[in-house]
Amino acid sequence: MAILDPATVRLEQTVDFALEAPSLDLLLVDWLNALIYEMAERRMVFGAFHVKIENDRLKGRALGEAVSRVRHAPAVEAKGATYTELAFVEDRPGLWRAQCVIDV
Amino acid sequence: MDVSRFEKLSETAWRIAPFGGMRVPAIVYATEDLMTEMDDKVFDQVTNVAKLPGIVRASYAMPDAHWGYGFPIGGVAAFDADEGGVVSAGGVGFDVSCGVRTHLTHLTREQVVSVQQELADALFEHVPAGVGSEGEIALDAQGMNAMLLGGAQWAIERGFGRPEDLDRIEERGCASGADPAAVSEHARKRQRREMGTLGSGNHYLEVQEVAEIFDDKIAAAYGLVKGECVVTIHCGSRGLGHQIGTEYLREMVLSAPNYGIELPDRELACAPIKSELGQKYLGAMRAAINCALANREIIGHLARQVFARFFAQEDLPLMFDVSHNTCKVERHAIDGETRQLFVHRKGATRAFGPDHESLPQALRPYGQPVLIGGSMGAGSYVLAGVKTSEPQAFSSACHGAGRRMSRHAATRTWGGRQVVDDLRAQGIIVKSPSLRGVAEEAPGAYKDVRAVVDSAEAAGLARKVAFLKPLICVKG
Repeated sequence: MAILDPATVRLEQTVDFALEAPSLDLLLVDWLNALIYEMAERRMVFGAFHVKIENDRLKGRALGEAVSRVRHAPAVEAKGATYTELAFVEDRPGLWRAQCVIDV
Repeated sequence: MDVSRFEKLSETAWRIAPFGGMRVPAIVYATEDLMTEMDDKVFDQVTNVAKLPGIVRASYAMPDAHWGYGFPIGGVAAFDADEGGVVSAGGVGFDVSCGVRTHLTHLTREQVVSVQQELADALFEHVPAGVGSEGEIALDAQGMNAMLLGGAQWAIERGFGRPEDLDRIEERGCASGADPAAVSEHARKRQRREMGTLGSGNHYLEVQEVAEIFDDKIAAAYGLVKGECVVTIHCGSRGLGHQIGTEYLREMVLSAPNYGIELPDRELACAPIKSELGQKYLGAMRAAINCALANREIIGHLARQVFARFFAQEDLPLMFDVSHNTCKVERHAIDGETRQLFVHRKGATRAFGPDHESLPQALRPYGQPVLIGGSMGAGSYVLAGVKTSEPQAFSSACHGAGRRMSRHAATRTWGGRQVVDDLRAQGIIVKSPSLRGVAEEAPGAYKDVRAVVDSAEAAGLARKVAFLKPLICVKG
């Protein structure tokens, strides 16, 4: 994960994810950490995401391309998703809030 | 923070008596001005740490303390395994064994300035920095295991460094007890191409002028001469450490109830030292320490290669290499009894005083070098460990200036180009792949490093030895 303008990312490759966690907030942390890992390992940046959650399982797809230090000019790399200020809650019917602090 | 919530022990020491589940008091070392500037969250975090099982004497915060994840940055806490003490992945942090090393040169400021731009360009070109950068060293499974066990010693055996460097690295460059089997495949994959890379964020390689000497005797023993230049490197265990932190934090969060541990904050995720998970984490964390020590040794080697192109006679001897995100087994005197403790330092530097058995003979009479990284403009400090730090904070001191502004706030306040231009006007060349990254690291985003080290000295945590002013800064 890196700070950049998602509009600069070409959606050329897809990476699929299947995750499971005992609670929704931990599922959010796991999803973000899975993205961080794939970005680091594949040297990719992502610009679009599809996520489907059923009970405690998440199926996701991220679309992006190989990172270009010239075109994307990424500012910082993420180390990991933290449990600080972590929330994944339905504030009111149909309106969900997901928040997580990323260590950079 | 509101200082009225503390009992004032001295001009630079503030105590919070145990309350609400705290097993020991909390103590913050800082002047009243720095205390006032600190985030309120430091109060919550330093008191939360005091609630962890098996904590000994007190939960401490250094003068550069600021809000962290679980532990404050600048937090120090020691645990006794025989009293149900814990090891905490949150107490070490994601960048395991992030640290600083300083190499000496005999180059004058004028000699460096005469090739300043060319030297900056060459360092930037030769030392991989920034997001997505890759090193020249690719590790297979066997090589990875050897690196995780050998640390800087492994790097030197591979030709990246010199044997005499080991005297000047904590634990002679190799943390014992590393367990490569406790390091996941994901962590290994994340590191395969990252050996010898600086990373991003606040990591850097700087060429600095020794601009001021505060203690002639100790500076001479350290090899620091006013007007000469040094090379300082700040980085850690890269992707491997980040992945180990991520994975063990999760496992400890989920396992805490099984160990009967009630976490005041999930970021304080921990496991008993004597548990299987605690031992597994210690093995993985020590492997990550070795990764960081190897990484800094390789970068030091890369810096030597660049300097050799410009100044053939310079071999850049290592002054010292010290980590500031660790958990280490140390012996400390508690109420007259020497006990083995697991000392967590998160954004805090070990600072052994004179005569400590772990110091090399050449440094032993003077205390351990404590390397304090400041911001790009404000400069850095070399301190020396003092004996009074042992009873004060398990021989610990600060590690940097400490942020006073978030990265986001910094980018709204400064532009990267403006920061680069302003620093160039002050004689400092900044090279970075990311102008946004430079803006995030703007000098104004940090506290006054001079106030921080003055506080550390006044509190008896360390002694000021020298001030280093940057001439070249390669930012990740």
